[in-house]
Amino acid sequence: MLSIGLGHYLTLAAIIFTIGIVGIFLNRKNIIVILMSIELILLAVNINLVSFSIFINDLSGQVFTLFILTVAAAEAAIGLAIIVVYYRNSGTIRVEEIDRLKG
Amino acid sequence: MIAHAIVFYIFSLIAIVSAIMVTVSKNTVNSVFFLILDFISISCLFIMIGAEFLGMIMLIVYVGAVAVLFLFVVMMLNVAQQKNEWFNSSGRSSHIPVGLLVSIIIFFELIIVIGGWKYKPDLLDSIAIEINTDLTNTQSLGSVIYTDYIHLFQLSGMILLVAMIGAIILTFRQRSGVKRQSYFKQISRDRKDGIELVDVENNKGVKIDA
Repeated sequence: MLSIGLGHYLTLAAIIFTIGIVGIFLNRKNIIVILMSIELILLAVNINLVSFSIFINDLSGQVFTLFILTVAAAEAAIGLAIIVVYYRNSGTIRVEEIDRLKG
Repeated sequence: MIAHAIVFYIFSLIAIVSAIMVTVSKNTVNSVFFLILDFISISCLFIMIGAEFLGMIMLIVYVGAVAVLFLFVVMMLNVAQQKNEWFNSSGRSSHIPVGLLVSIIIFFELIIVIGGWKYKPDLLDSIAIEINTDLTNTQSLGSVIYTDYIHLFQLSGMILLVAMIGAIILTFRQRSGVKRQSYFKQISRDRKDGIELVDVENNKGVKIDA
């Protein structure tokens, strides 16, 4: 309990990952919050990679975390741009009303 | 060791609570603020276990760029007042129990994997880049990124370039009815089009645009 090991960090990452998935599933009003949930999921993945990298003494995990950070930033920028364009065209970003694909 | 545990529990508690608040918060602006708090506490954890460079980069990239971008879009789209109602969505809320069930199953699967997991014995022999404790974290990362991972590094720069161009093209819009400077017209103007020399006779005016 008091000696913090790899399992503690992995459990923290699992909890944050699950919260992100809950946010995607249950949010029905605002699509920006869904993008934020995706950021939470990527954060959990980063925690996993960094803690593995530290605990097995291998640097390549941190290198790949750096690349995940890049991809997350690019994804947030593109996603927000798409949301801005959608809002300009349809005047709403409520998840319930974005049903053009009738899915 | 006890101080390490106390700090870990404090920061992870803050991270979990703020992650929950990101999803349940009524106001979208508050969600963005809790997202920032989440990133800050996780970067504190990174710094604590010895990945200082990533912790700092996380602060710069996420808090400095991504969260500010979110905040900017939330302000611009005027959805700050739009309530993020969770459980009382209008009618047909059959997705809530299913979503909760799937999430709980995913969580327990992850916990089972973590609980029953052990190192493969020959894993420690197959380390790609061993962490050198003589160098700082930033120095050792830099010595790896610019040599072994140079292609991936340049590819990630390419991804950022494509994302930047894509975001600009997506949100660029040509408004009609706005008078703009046209460089081509300005440069390709001829003297004959602009100036006309007229002999003005006495006591008679000049008829313009005759």
